[in-house]
Amino acid sequence: MAHDDHSGTDIAAASSDAHDPLVSPGTALVVADPFENPGFPPHRPRVTDTNPQREKRAQRTVTVLFYLSILGSVWAIAAYMLFPIETNDMASVRTNNLLIGLGATLALLAVGFGVVHWGKALMADVELVDERHAVGGTEKSRVAAAQIFADANRESGFSRRTMIRRSLFGALIAFPLPAVVLFRGFAPQDKDPVHLLNHTMWKKGTRLTLDPSGAPIKAADVTLGSAVHVIPEGLAEMTEGKLEEKAKAAVLLMRLEPSALNELPERKDWSYSGIVAYSKICTHVGCPVALYEQQTHHLLCPCHQSQFDVANHCEVIFGPAKRPLPQLPITVDDEGYLVAQSDFHEPVGPSFWERSA
Amino acid sequence: MSTATTESATSTTSAAVGTTDTQKRSFTASAALYLNERTSLAGFIKELGRKAFPDHWSFLLGEVALFSFMVVLITGTFLTFFFQASMAPTHYSGPYVPLKGVEMSVAMSSTLNISFEVRGGLFVRQMHHWAALLFVAAIGLHMLRVFFTGAFRKPRELNWTVGFTLFILAMAEGFTGYSLPDDLLSGNGLRIIDGLIKGIPLVGTWISFLLFGGEFPGTAIVGRLYTLHILLLPALVVALIAIHLVFVVVHKHTQYAGPGKSPGNAVGPPILPIYAAKAGGFFFIVFGVLALIASLFTINPIWNYGPYDPSPVSAGTQPDWYIGFADGALRLIPPGWEFQWLDRTWSFNIIVPLVALGIFIILAMIYPFLEAWITGDKREHHIADRPRNAPTRTAIGAAGVTFYAGLWAAASSDILATHFSLTMEGVIHTLQAITVLGPFAAYFITKRVCLALQKKDREIALHGFESGRIVALPGGEFIEVHKQLDEYERWRLISFESYTPLMVRPDVRGRISTRQRIRGVLSRWFFEDRIAPVTKAELESAKHDHH
Repeated sequence: MAHDDHSGTDIAAASSDAHDPLVSPGTALVVADPFENPGFPPHRPRVTDTNPQREKRAQRTVTVLFYLSILGSVWAIAAYMLFPIETNDMASVRTNNLLIGLGATLALLAVGFGVVHWGKALMADVELVDERHAVGGTEKSRVAAAQIFADANRESGFSRRTMIRRSLFGALIAFPLPAVVLFRGFAPQDKDPVHLLNHTMWKKGTRLTLDPSGAPIKAADVTLGSAVHVIPEGLAEMTEGKLEEKAKAAVLLMRLEPSALNELPERKDWSYSGIVAYSKICTHVGCPVALYEQQTHHLLCPCHQSQFDVANHCEVIFGPAKRPLPQLPITVDDEGYLVAQSDFHEPVGPSFWERSA
Repeated sequence: MSTATTESATSTTSAAVGTTDTQKRSFTASAALYLNERTSLAGFIKELGRKAFPDHWSFLLGEVALFSFMVVLITGTFLTFFFQASMAPTHYSGPYVPLKGVEMSVAMSSTLNISFEVRGGLFVRQMHHWAALLFVAAIGLHMLRVFFTGAFRKPRELNWTVGFTLFILAMAEGFTGYSLPDDLLSGNGLRIIDGLIKGIPLVGTWISFLLFGGEFPGTAIVGRLYTLHILLLPALVVALIAIHLVFVVVHKHTQYAGPGKSPGNAVGPPILPIYAAKAGGFFFIVFGVLALIASLFTINPIWNYGPYDPSPVSAGTQPDWYIGFADGALRLIPPGWEFQWLDRTWSFNIIVPLVALGIFIILAMIYPFLEAWITGDKREHHIADRPRNAPTRTAIGAAGVTFYAGLWAAASSDILATHFSLTMEGVIHTLQAITVLGPFAAYFITKRVCLALQKKDREIALHGFESGRIVALPGGEFIEVHKQLDEYERWRLISFESYTPLMVRPDVRGRISTRQRIRGVLSRWFFEDRIAPVTKAELESAKHDHH
C-alpha cells in the first residue's frame, strides 16, 4: 500500500476542479481547456433577513408551534384517561386509538415543523465550504501504517514462521465447527424429516370428518356440487402436534357427476359414487388449495394461482405447481360413513429434494 | 450565499471549554467543561460541529429511512413488554367477541391483547408496522437516488454494499416481524417459506426441518423468529447503520454540480446549527406523519384473519409490499418446471426464482465495482451525476426497476384479475412478458431519452433558451429571440464527466488479454452513444453566430 504509485492526494485543493494528474481518469474525457467554475453566485437574503416584521412573524410561528406541541402531548394524555377501552366495546378501541394518536401526531408534527421553520427562516443563512481531502489520507500516514505492519510482522515472525501460521489457520477454521454441529439440536434428534413427510394420519378405515368439528361424514350427506373441508377422525381432539398433522392431512372432498369424472384406470375404485377426496395442500409451496369452482370443477390456490382440474384427477392446468394434488382413496364403512382406504400413496404438499416418484 | 470558513467556530468552542481560570462560569459552561475533561468531546465537536453538509431534497430519503428505523426501535421496544412469543395453544378469552373461545397460540392472543386491551397499544402496534413499511420504502428510494446519481462511485463503493446489506436486513426484519402474531395470513407466509426452502436441492428438507424445529408448523418458529427479530437482526442493522454513517463522515456527502461547487469542496449549511435543526426537526416530522397514519389507518387487522390453521386461507392473500417481488417471482413461473432426475426432485419452479433474484441482487450489489472497472477511472467522485449525463447507467437502472416492478405487480396478479375482470392467465402472461421483455424496452427508451435530454442541454448551453419574444425583421421575417444563460446556469449544464469508449490496445508483449477485450466490449456498450460535452471553442463560435 505504501508503495502505491499514485502518491499524493486524489483531489486537488478546493480552489480548482483539476484532478491530480497522477491518478488515472480511465476513459474519462480530459479536456485540456476546461470551463472555469464561475464561483458562488451572489448571496440572496431571505425575506426574514430584510423585513423585521416577517422575522417577528416567523419567531411567533415557531413559538406557537412549540406550544401547540405541548397541547398535543396534553391532549394525548387526556385522551388516554378520558377515553379508556371498555370491555366488549370495539368502538372504544377505535376512539382510544384515534384520539391518543392524533394528540401524539400534533405533539410530534408541531415540534418538527417548528424546529425546521426556525432553521430555515431564522437561523443565520450561511453556507460553509469545506475542503475535501483524499480519503486515503497522506502518503506519510500510509507509510507509517505500512511500517507498523512490517514491524509487527518482523517482531511476531508471522510470515517467517510458516509452521505456526498454518497451524493457527487450521485451528481457526476448526474451532467454529462444533458450533455448527450444535445446530442439529434445532430439530428433534431421533426424527428423520423424509420419513415424516412420507406419512400422514390417514390409514385404512380412518373416517373422514368435518373440519373443524370432527363430525363424521355420511356419503349420503355430500350433495352434488358441494366441497367439504375434511380432517381425519381423531385430529380435532388432538392436543399435541395437531397443526403438524393437519398441515399434511387436510383434505378437500367434492362430489361430481360420476360421468364427469375422468378417473385413471388404477384409481377406479378410489372414489365413491362421484365423491373424490384430494389433498388440500398445494404441491407448489404448500398453501391450502381452498377455492373450488363448482361449474368447472377447478381448484385454485389463492397464494400463487395454481389451478387443478378435479374432473381430471387434479392435474395442473395453470400456474407454477407441477404435480397433481395427491388423491386419498376413499370408500364407505358399514354405517355409511366415508372412510379412507389407506394413507395417501405419495407424499403430500410441496416438493422436496428426497421426494421420489 | 455568504461563505465563512470553519475556523471561526474554533475560537468560541475553545473559549467555552478550555478555560481553567476561576472566574464564575454559567452552569452550561461548567457542565461542558466537566464533560469534556472526562470525554474529550471538544475535539469531536471541533471536528464535526461546523462541517458543511450539502443540501438537496433527495438527500432526505436516507434520513427518512434512518428516522423511521428509530421509530421502529422505539415502538418495537414498547411492544416487547406485552408480546409473548409462544406458540403454546390457548383459548381466546379477551374482549373481541367473534374470536371468543377460539383456539389460538399465545403469540396471537397477546397480539390481540396489545390491540384491544392495552390503551394506546393498537396505536403503537400500527405505528410499528407502518414505520417498518416506510423504512423499507425509504431505503429503496434512497438506493435509487444513490444509483441514478452515481453517488456509489469511488470512494463510496463499499458504503453502497453496506447500504444494500441494510436493505436486505430490513426486509428480513420486516418478514420476521410480520410472522410473529401467528395469524392466518402470516402463517400462510411461513408455509410458503417452508415450501420454498424444501424446494432447495440437497439441503432444503433439512433446513426446513431444523428451522421449524421439526415438521411445519411446529411450536418453535415464532420464538425463533422473535429472537432474530428483536436481537440478532436489529443488532446487525444498528451496527451497519453506524458503519454507513461513519462512512458518510469520512467521505463527506456528495453534492450536485453548481456554481462554486467542485469535486474538491463540500458546500452547505453547517451541521451546527442549521443542519442539526433541519434534521432534528425532520425526525419529528417523520415520527409525526407515522403517528398520523397509525391513528387513522388500520394495518394488519389479524382479528379479521383469525389464528393460523393449515387448512383455511382467504382469497387475495398477499405479503407486505417489500416481499411482493419474491412472491411475484414464484407466481410467474410457467407450469411444469419440476423434474424427477436421479431419483431426486428438482423443483425448478423454486430454484429458478431463487437464482434469478439472487443474481439480480448480486448484480445490483457489485454494480459500482463493475462500472469502476469499465471506466478505469481511479479518481474520487464527489459531484453527483444528473441521471441524463450517464445514459447507459440510467438505462440499466430503469431496466432493473422495470424487472422489479414486473415481479412486484405479479404478487397482486389475482387482485389485478378480479379487480379489472381479467383472466388469471391473461394477467400472468402479460406480467411474464413485462418482466422478461420490459427491461429491454425500458433500457432502450431510457437511454434515448437521456441522450435527447443531453442534446437539449447542449443546445441550451450553446444557443440559449427561447425567450418567448418574437421580433419582426425589416424583411418581414419573424424570429424568436434566444436568450443566453448566465454563467451560473450554464455551469450546471456543462460541468459533467464524460467518458469515451475504451480503445483496446495490445500490451507490451503485443497481445490483447481476454480481460481487456471484455472491458473493451463493455466500454463500447456503455459509451459508444454519447453526446460530447460543450467545449469552450464551441461556445465561442456559437456566440459569434448570434451576433
